[in-house]
Amino acid sequence: MSSYPWAAGYIDDGDRPKIVTSRFQHDDGFTLDRYHATGGYQGLRAALGRTPAEVHEEVKKATVLGRGGAGFPAGTKWGLMPAGKFPRYLVVNGDESEPGTYKDRLLMERDPHQLIEGCLIAAYAAGLSQVFLYIRGEMPLAHERVATALNEAYAAGYIGKHILGSKFSVDIVLHWGAGAYVVGEETALIESLEGKRGEPRLKPPFFPAAIGLYGQPTIVNNVETLSNLPWIAVNGAAAFTAIGTETSPGTRMVAVSGHVNRPGVYEIINGTTTFRDLLYGEEFCQGIRNGNELKAFVPGGGSAPWFTPEQLDLPFEGRQVGAAGSMLGSGAIMVMDHTTDIPKAALTLTHFYAAESCGQCTPCREGGTWLERVLQRVVDGRGSRADLDQLLEIGESICPGSFPHASSTTLGLAATPFPYKMTTICFVGPSAYAPVHSALTLFREEFEAKIVERKHIPVTVGAPEHE
Amino acid sequence: MSRLNEANTLLAKEIIGRYPKARSATIPLLHLSQQQNGHITNDAIAHIAELVGATSAEVLGTCTFYEMFKMEPVGKYLVNICGTMSCQLLGADELMHHAEHSLGVKAGGTTADGMFTLEHAECQAACTEAPNMQVNYRHCHRMTTEKFDQLIDDLRAGRLDGDIPQHGTLARVRQVIPAEKAAGVALPDVPVEPAWMADGGKS
Ligand SMILES: Cc1cc2nc3c(=O)[nH]c(=O)nc-3n(C[C@H](O)[C@H](O)[C@H](O)COP(=O)(O)O)c2cc1C
Ligand code: SF4
Ligand code: FES
Repeated sequence: MSSYPWAAGYIDDGDRPKIVTSRFQHDDGFTLDRYHATGGYQGLRAALGRTPAEVHEEVKKATVLGRGGAGFPAGTKWGLMPAGKFPRYLVVNGDESEPGTYKDRLLMERDPHQLIEGCLIAAYAAGLSQVFLYIRGEMPLAHERVATALNEAYAAGYIGKHILGSKFSVDIVLHWGAGAYVVGEETALIESLEGKRGEPRLKPPFFPAAIGLYGQPTIVNNVETLSNLPWIAVNGAAAFTAIGTETSPGTRMVAVSGHVNRPGVYEIINGTTTFRDLLYGEEFCQGIRNGNELKAFVPGGGSAPWFTPEQLDLPFEGRQVGAAGSMLGSGAIMVMDHTTDIPKAALTLTHFYAAESCGQCTPCREGGTWLERVLQRVVDGRGSRADLDQLLEIGESICPGSFPHASSTTLGLAATPFPYKMTTICFVGPSAYAPVHSALTLFREEFEAKIVERKHIPVTVGAPEHE
Repeated sequence: MSRLNEANTLLAKEIIGRYPKARSATIPLLHLSQQQNGHITNDAIAHIAELVGATSAEVLGTCTFYEMFKMEPVGKYLVNICGTMSCQLLGADELMHHAEHSLGVKAGGTTADGMFTLEHAECQAACTEAPNMQVNYRHCHRMTTEKFDQLIDDLRAGRLDGDIPQHGTLARVRQVIPAEKAAGVALPDVPVEPAWMADGGKS
């Protein structure tokens, strides 16, 4: 096997229920043999023994919140397709590229059959005639593992014509991307799958469930979302909702990275686990590295407004996190200790979104570039106080009105809830602003310190310095 | 001479056959072409356009949107160092600095022997294992300057040939849909209700 550690990072510690990572303990969890030996394809068999409507109802009852970022319940989304319009498609979103996010790649590399079974259950329940499994281009191992699993599953009669001797027939086509963050947005994903540039479509009015791939009703679901379905088909919605809370049932895969003692990907209980548990708990990250102080953390991927230690006791639950001024997004927490250069950290994220703009909307294309340029100037110690105001002005042009931020007793700030208004087609534009806004709101003195330093830099080379 | 060769043209047709509309195969065929030639040429664009029934301009427009497609030759190994948040917090800048120094090229450059092209990359979905890099998109986790030098030595000496194919080869396993097993494409303009949904959907 490989001398380099593929797909490391999953940590299994503590006694928590496992829904999607149960096979990660096996080195060969990706093989059909192991899958069979651990209850594989039993969910599909259970589903085929019921009507599609019954299976759909079960998934609805389970309230599987979408794991890709928006958190919309899967069963409800399937119900939004116009009745009687066929064919309908399923597009699996395996484009994972939001900064900080690391879970879908693990699921594809370590348990591809679980994902395939999830696709089959979704296709059966929602009447989807063909499945396209879109994997990010920069994940060749995921691609190889999923391709191998698909080949095995075709040979075993789980995919294709008359699945397990039933009337259910569907193909799953492996598709791959070629490097563009914005393609993870569902309408851009569809454009890309049509062979075009990955530019998001304007929505509303038309969501993919109504008008999607080739203009037909299309369900876009995330890899982790679908990976939950086999377990639900076997164990039932009641067992699923018995884990977690009413608004956030089940588990979630969360990647915690940055300045913690034990960064890793954990399957946590949804809705009840707090950020403090995650960052400091023995089962999880075991505190900040070198006994350092926590300064700030990004709770839900690079697009999410930042939190400070004051928000540590919030649970991993969408509504409460939204009310506190941020979002859970893609289950990615990035932790910054007190040694972090905050303006520089913000610049890193802003650079990402500015560089990934598809260029369709002026506020994103121009605004993102300007945010990055002005911020770069400040970080380099060449900025002025007016630059700081300008950053907020540019932000206003992308996101008019008050932008979400966390509360802070020391700063006397009350939280502005998530989400925000925007002048762009998709969230890439606002995401370039979110880190700047958070950093400037919560740590303005760090920006000012960089400006103060500038006084000591001679303005004109060669000119005599007057005291 | 950089149209798809005979074997790859056959493969291309098989891939096209999996989609309700041929143009959907554009990205997979661009990958196939990059695997064959190491980069994408104008002839390849024209050939792919013929195969998927689009114009060359349309295929070129798609091609240039995606970072993985190279219009110029690159090294045998693409060395992509992640510089996004989690990696940056744990030493990505230092790793890039070291890589530039040790390979003797700036980010974006190719070594004189054509072995390595160094690139600044964005989040590689491995953030808990920072700092990360990829060689031909194969992940290398928790990098240090020592590990970097070892990796470059191993690559130069061919010790990783079994693990890391040369640039252009994305995955070494392809999906194969056996004709007798295939359910078939669902054409958008053929509005048939799936068989298992009819009659209340009792299987
Ligand atoms: C800029 C942008 C990038 C996104 N990237 C991803 C991604 O990489 N993977 C993903 O599953 N969802 C991503 N999403 C969310 C998708 O648009 C969509 O909501 C999701 O795939 C739906 O699946 P779910 O309901 O199962 O979560 C992104 C959204 C935006 C706006
Ligand atoms: S917000 Fe940016 S990335 Fe999104 S559609 Fe507009 S220009 Fe493209
Ligand atoms: S930030 Fe480097 S892998 Fe995600």
